[in-house]
Amino acid sequence: MSTIIDGLSLGAIYALIALGYTMVYGIAKMLNFAHGDIIMVGSYVIFSVFAFGGHPIIAIASSVVVCTLLGVLIEKVAYKPLRGASPLAVLITAIGVSYLLQSIAQLIFGAKSQPVNMGSFDVLNIAGIDINVSTIITLAVGAVIMAALTLFVKFTRTGRAMLAVSEDRAAAQLMGVNVNRIIMITFAIGSALAACASVFYLMQIPSTSPTLGSMPGIKAFTAAVIGGIGSIPGAMIGGILLGVIEKIALSIPALNPYTTAIEFSLLILILLIKPIGLLGKKRREKV
Amino acid sequence: MKYFASVKKSFKLKNYINYILVGAILLCTTVLQYTGLLRRSNANLLTQIAFSIILAVSLNLVVGFLGELSLGHAGFMCVGAYLGCYIANMLHAVIPSKLVVLILSMIIGGLIAAVFGFIIGLPALRLKGDYLAIVTLAFGEIVRTIFKNLPAFGGPLGLNTTKYGTSLFIPALIMVLITLIAAQNLVHSKHGRAITATRDNEIAAKAMGINVTYYKLFVFVIAAFFAGIAGVIYGHYATPVLYSFFSYNYSIEILVMVVLGGMGSITGSILAATFITYINFVLQTNLSGDLAALKYLIYAIILIVFIIFNNAPALAPIRDKMDIGKLLRRKKAGSDPSNIHGDDADWHRIPTKIRMDELLSLDVTPDPYKPVAPDKNKSKKEEK
Repeated sequence: MSTIIDGLSLGAIYALIALGYTMVYGIAKMLNFAHGDIIMVGSYVIFSVFAFGGHPIIAIASSVVVCTLLGVLIEKVAYKPLRGASPLAVLITAIGVSYLLQSIAQLIFGAKSQPVNMGSFDVLNIAGIDINVSTIITLAVGAVIMAALTLFVKFTRTGRAMLAVSEDRAAAQLMGVNVNRIIMITFAIGSALAACASVFYLMQIPSTSPTLGSMPGIKAFTAAVIGGIGSIPGAMIGGILLGVIEKIALSIPALNPYTTAIEFSLLILILLIKPIGLLGKKRREKV
Repeated sequence: MKYFASVKKSFKLKNYINYILVGAILLCTTVLQYTGLLRRSNANLLTQIAFSIILAVSLNLVVGFLGELSLGHAGFMCVGAYLGCYIANMLHAVIPSKLVVLILSMIIGGLIAAVFGFIIGLPALRLKGDYLAIVTLAFGEIVRTIFKNLPAFGGPLGLNTTKYGTSLFIPALIMVLITLIAAQNLVHSKHGRAITATRDNEIAAKAMGINVTYYKLFVFVIAAFFAGIAGVIYGHYATPVLYSFFSYNYSIEILVMVVLGGMGSITGSILAATFITYINFVLQTNLSGDLAALKYLIYAIILIVFIIFNNAPALAPIRDKMDIGKLLRRKKAGSDPSNIHGDDADWHRIPTKIRMDELLSLDVTPDPYKPVAPDKNKSKKEEK
């Protein structure tokens, strides 16, 4: 049981990262490979603020701000010039940005992992199950963020403009939606979510390294595809599913070494059976 | 007819320059090897260059000619290296000749990698979009995790293989030649045209009766086959074959070779693979610790700058000015635009969208492409 709760909390982290992937994919129609590395940047911001003796709240706030600005900057410098170019070109640039962030982090902070202590958390015993307080915080805050995001997309002007752009960019532009601005906002929101994910990640594993973001990034991306890329509820479900599966696989000794293989095999399986993912929308292509 | 003659001539040069390049290197180094002048480290470097070229050219088939991104090329290499060398170890007990074992294991390793390519490509290539990138990325990780944990392949210690020796670069370079012949003949054949048509416009290709999924799978499987062969060569070069070598980073390194050489240019891939392998060889001894990140920083900058420069719509006029090949062709053809035949790079300039401002403006300039002949008939008719 506690395995499943741990899985839910890991799943909430994956879901937060997957949301960033899925929103950017839905609106800008590109895979932002650098998304995982924004988490890494977020964790290093927290590390730096702690190194100067800052309060955790300041650390979290500055991490969110820096990540948001970084997301917007990356979009402006690397992806915006390629709007209208082939998806392959954008994809390769995104990989380039991911490498850029990783190598810069390594040059500044070194390849060694650095400890980041987010504070100690008590273990509560609820109905005979040991639950860490950090797990509860992750689940609660994650749920609030996801609910807020859903409401934002459904009920605000900007959110509906985002939906419109993801549906049909040209038509949205004709209706007076500033597409460039919407894409920028999407990157900002996605990166802010990545910063939140980095906080939760550090609460579970209190150390950071230049490659911190790559594995959770790829896994969250898998989650986004499993849930149906471009779909916000799909990303949440996919993330939580993947988190629970990972924790269950890790808890079974025979499967433990193959955990990564199992998760990625699940991805290939889903693409074989239901290529659009669990909640994805099927798109017809028109000439 | 003159037009076709000129086309044939230019194709010839393009066709043979790669063979001449690799053949010359092969000849020189073989002579040096047998006269004992070639140093051991240089022979090793040549082997590395050889399997890098095979990897880069085969990845270029997928990325440059098919227009799909594969991030698991190292995964196929890993399959080839582990399984091919596993079989080679068994064959060594039966066949005394190292060369025969190498050839047999290359074929077997390549075929097994091709089967994996088929299994991975089938679900991913049926879909439109960037799914191949994700699935191949996942595949690379799956393969590594599995080989890391299988005791039959040495587990975390890696698979012990029998080294071929310093002269490995000779069969390796011959393999490069075979790869080049296969790749170039494929690209210039009817199938190659179908493949590039699929890349340029999938729907149009489908409408022309091209079986898009078949061709995508075909190219992907061939690329996996050659990656597997490169893996077997690697296995005969380095022992033990270790899962950690075939990481995501290595797949990206191959991608950097392709992008640096130019997507869709086989000569470019050869040169870039040689260059990057050489740089790696030099840096390996000089860079250590955290400075190793510099290498990846350079890779990142190569990827971003080259892709943005080559693809950004806003930079098209600058690209036109910088394109030496196009400038030369223009000089040859003279200033008359109607003389520029066969310049397929110019096809994108033909406007496909109706430009309202051009339609509405009154001062219409005469179309330089329009033939002059029909005007005479018209004036004759008017006279009558």
